[in-house]
Amino acid sequence: MSTILDPTDERVPVARQVTRRPAIITGNVALLDISKPRGNILLDQFETRLKERLPGVNFNRYSKPTFTKPAPDDLRQEIRSRNDFVIEALAD
Amino acid sequence: MLPIDSQAPAFNLDTNAAESRSFPNGEATLICFIKEDCPTCKLVVPILEQLHKGGAGLLAVGQTKDGNDALIEQFNLSMPILNDSTLKVSFAYDIDTVPTMVKTTAEGAIDAQLIGFVKEEWQSLLGADLNELDWDKLPDWRPGCGSLSVDPVIADRLQAEAENSPLRARKIEIAPADDEFEFMFDQGFSDGLPLVPPTPERVLRMLAGTSRDPQDIVAVLPPNLAEATVEKVAINAVMAGCKPEYFAVVLAALEAACTDEFNAHGVMSTTMGASPVMVVNGPIRERIGMNSTLGALGQGNRANATIGRAVRLALRNMGGAKPGGTERSTLGNPMKFTMCFAEAEERSGWDPLHVERGFDRTDSVVTLFGMTSGPVLIVDQTSLGSDQLARSMAMSLQSIHHPKSYMGTDTLLVVCPEHLDTLQRDGGMSKAELRRLIQDSLARPLRELVQDDNSGVGIAAATLDKMDKDRKDKLVTKFPKDEDIHIVVAGSDAGKFSGAFHGWATGPIGTISVSRKIEE
Repeated sequence: MSTILDPTDERVPVARQVTRRPAIITGNVALLDISKPRGNILLDQFETRLKERLPGVNFNRYSKPTFTKPAPDDLRQEIRSRNDFVIEALAD
Repeated sequence: MLPIDSQAPAFNLDTNAAESRSFPNGEATLICFIKEDCPTCKLVVPILEQLHKGGAGLLAVGQTKDGNDALIEQFNLSMPILNDSTLKVSFAYDIDTVPTMVKTTAEGAIDAQLIGFVKEEWQSLLGADLNELDWDKLPDWRPGCGSLSVDPVIADRLQAEAENSPLRARKIEIAPADDEFEFMFDQGFSDGLPLVPPTPERVLRMLAGTSRDPQDIVAVLPPNLAEATVEKVAINAVMAGCKPEYFAVVLAALEAACTDEFNAHGVMSTTMGASPVMVVNGPIRERIGMNSTLGALGQGNRANATIGRAVRLALRNMGGAKPGGTERSTLGNPMKFTMCFAEAEERSGWDPLHVERGFDRTDSVVTLFGMTSGPVLIVDQTSLGSDQLARSMAMSLQSIHHPKSYMGTDTLLVVCPEHLDTLQRDGGMSKAELRRLIQDSLARPLRELVQDDNSGVGIAAATLDKMDKDRKDKLVTKFPKDEDIHIVVAGSDAGKFSGAFHGWATGPIGTISVSRKIEE
């Protein structure tokens, strides 16, 4: 890990870096529906297919109250504390 | 070392046995800083062991974990050694030398300090607790060794991480899997070339180039109207590749750029693609190794290249002048990377630029011009008379913006030494005479500047038709004033190739050149 100092006026957040990808999927996978139309159908399909391919993995379903706002803190913390991966259905 | 009677910094460190020890602890305490590869530390370790066994309230602080383990094994110590391998406690105590023994009161105030080993001092301070020690077997004096906390390689890091660090900028952590150079490109910090990573250590070293407070506001940078602190400018100067000794020039140039006269907002955002051109005068040129001779306007000199780039990066990263955003240049130009050079003041008998502009010759000054093109060469290898060459130069300058474009801009004329010699051959032409010759040579009656089938540039024919004969015959100069021909000398002694930077919109409507004294 190296550290640099921000050369900007700091009005814009630094782009988040992508977490390093594990080689295998284990543990718990969150399936997050942002409440856009048909997002649940997409996630149903994902859940069915992934359970066939990953029999030892648990899938947990979540949904945001509304797609127009960021997920509430409680929901974010619950997803983070109980899951190792997140699959999010973003758009209709 | 910290002053006597000052409060000793609190700390909490683990021993080699992973047990926590805190200071202050409500008792008078001896704190001794040691490191394993120091012979004098090894001399005093048996003394420290005796102090420990006697219950003297000793905290031995070792500077490397492996070294601490080695000392415990070598001397079979019952005394724990606290692990200060991050060196933060050593740094907080301003330890230059090991061993350093600090004696505190029960309230944690510094009562006494011993540096190295001077038997008389140690005996005086600690003798009462060391009744069984045979002092005669010890040498009278041994110097200590340098503390790891002042090792130049890590001292800057420690300063950057210390609680009293002058750095306030947001820290960005780059993941080990990321390439730091690629990361900076991805964040949009770059002008397209690689950047030096602005680590806290490098920024601290850059700040050493000025006496100004790191949180002073240097300027409000357009177009975002961002308040640029000295620290933020230092970050951009590091990225540009500057040395700390260049930093004062960068600060002065940025101040000049952000004046209402220079109008950096307009210069950076115009579709004409203007950019600051910086000329440095005065003693600092020599001191920081700027180039004013062979290739002065080109690549190869670090000071020339990086000072200009630092100003440009600051305007980009803080001001927000990014191509496609508020920077809307149709073509752009290479000056948008950097353009900064020094004047070869000693080569001519002319007053150098900064003296013409009211400064003392011994002042160091940076002057900014908002220029759209350049340097455009004036190739004349055959004019032998001074007036002939001046008029020949004028012919080249007529093309600025467009040969029929008059009274709207300025120029920075960089006279090369061989041309200078020609201009000064017949009794010595002054800068004022050169300017006048250029203006007279380029003066045209209004009727010649009318729009026609060859070019739509110029006065509309209908407008001209409304003028009487005297008005049509009135001579118009290329530049609004003689002083809009800025003249400096630079270049090598070989080659009859002067250069001209072509201006943008000159005057209050656009940009006016600005000089700033460089405060060192």
